[in-house]
Amino acid sequence: MSLLPATDTRPAETKRVARSRAGASSRPVQLSTRGHRWLPWLGALLPLTLLALWQYLSLTGVFSAVQLPAPSRVVAAALDLLGRGQLGIHIAISTQRVLLGFTIGALLGLALGAWVGLSRWANLLAAPTIGALRAVPSLAWVPLLLLWIGIGENSKVTLIAIGAFFPVYTTVSAALAHVDPKLVEAARTFGIRGLGLFTTVQLPAVLPAVVSGLRLALAQAWLFLVAAELLGASMGLGFLLTDSQNNGRTDRLLLAIVLLAILGKLTDLALGAFERWVKVRFPSN
Amino acid sequence: MSALTLKHTLTACDINFSGIAKSFAGERGAVHTVLEGVSFTAYPGEIISIIGSSGCGKSTLLRVAAGLEAASAGEVTIDGAAVRGLDSRVAIGFQEPRLLPWRSIAKNVALGLPKGTPKDDARQHVDALLRLVGLGDYAAHRPREISGGMAQRASLARALARNPGVLLLDEPFGALDALTRIKMQDLLLDIHAQDPATILLVTHDVEEALYLSDRVIVLGTSDPHSPATITRTVEVPGHRPRDRGDLDLALLRKELLAELGVEEH
Repeated sequence: MSLLPATDTRPAETKRVARSRAGASSRPVQLSTRGHRWLPWLGALLPLTLLALWQYLSLTGVFSAVQLPAPSRVVAAALDLLGRGQLGIHIAISTQRVLLGFTIGALLGLALGAWVGLSRWANLLAAPTIGALRAVPSLAWVPLLLLWIGIGENSKVTLIAIGAFFPVYTTVSAALAHVDPKLVEAARTFGIRGLGLFTTVQLPAVLPAVVSGLRLALAQAWLFLVAAELLGASMGLGFLLTDSQNNGRTDRLLLAIVLLAILGKLTDLALGAFERWVKVRFPSN
Repeated sequence: MSALTLKHTLTACDINFSGIAKSFAGERGAVHTVLEGVSFTAYPGEIISIIGSSGCGKSTLLRVAAGLEAASAGEVTIDGAAVRGLDSRVAIGFQEPRLLPWRSIAKNVALGLPKGTPKDDARQHVDALLRLVGLGDYAAHRPREISGGMAQRASLARALARNPGVLLLDEPFGALDALTRIKMQDLLLDIHAQDPATILLVTHDVEEALYLSDRVIVLGTSDPHSPATITRTVEVPGHRPRDRGDLDLALLRKELLAELGVEEH
């Protein structure tokens, strides 16, 4: 008899511990992948298959070497450009343009988005105009930018900033306009106003949306980078694209595309990690 | 709980409503008057419940008292000084806890503290309040990690942190289950016995009104199209803590329910 309660409490205890552990993990997805460590690598399956298909198609001569050079030729082109010291410059200048344009555009988007989202007057006054500017296709700005700023770094960074501005502006202004009015009212009844209200309630409430907007803006920045470099550049991955097209260097052209994919994905991964942290630190419920 | 004493003692205020009316702009320039000629005074430390059928303007009256909305006519005064806009002498507890989801319970309660409270005082005061409402062990938890009843207690602690002369409660226990509601009512009475702030409580629960308050004010209308006003004021017999099964209260409850249009069988 005396043994029975002792044997009974053990499973109950372990069950409680197991439950509290499950409760501590905020992402149940982690639990389901814990037993299958290879699952995250599933995303690599498709690129590897494509690579194999690419190699097969070019080796069997389905496409000519000019149409589709083999992956090995692309790697050789990369090593060649690296050896001449050009590849590093192309990557560095493109990354610099993206980061500069993204930073400027995102900061302006944050500022104007906050202004329009928080002030009813600003919304009435400025929102229609900004909305109309947003409707202008990105490439339509190029002639004007060339005319005003000239073919230099400034016009390229400006175009990228325009591209990064709108996703941030749109998400920030919309998110701020939709912060739970009950939370705002509660804070106001405790004497919190103005800047204090913004930093205590509104900013934390919209942070997850802001970071989502930043991710969109970064993708836009890479998009606009290529647009900027296709038209009048002497360096950068977009220049490598047009230059290779003119010289018939399909291997370098493919290299530029692969590099754009890798760079875009890497910068997005960094922001994605930040986004996950923000969502845990500033939950919306 | 009774052994706990708060460092800041509340100094209850009286609050006077004189001829309060509230109208809203309706469609096509029409004016919809919700309240008219509401006059009464709550004395320091008194608990007054305001009951009435839904949509009669109970919450609107409370929002006017809080300075969240301006009265169309009449004036609310607290200790003789008119309420214009949000008032530091008033704290509000809403039907929903309205806690900031990204802040710990302790930091949410600290939001209620008057501006410029020194850091050490603030921490001690928040600790005391959390223990008062039975959340001493949950200071570091986030709102979504605690139950609805606990969140409502945190909300009450936040209102008390303001050290209010008048505590306005807008159906604070309305969203809670019956058992939690009973516990919260007793908790409110414990707190009030310790620091008797003046409390105005809007509720749709007649039993709750009779159990908690010194007076019950009934808001109602003679016909559905006219604005609501005070149709009856009831002095609740006896002293707190009251017996929930008291016969007088049961009869009074039946009477008030009948007045609100509910006939019991």
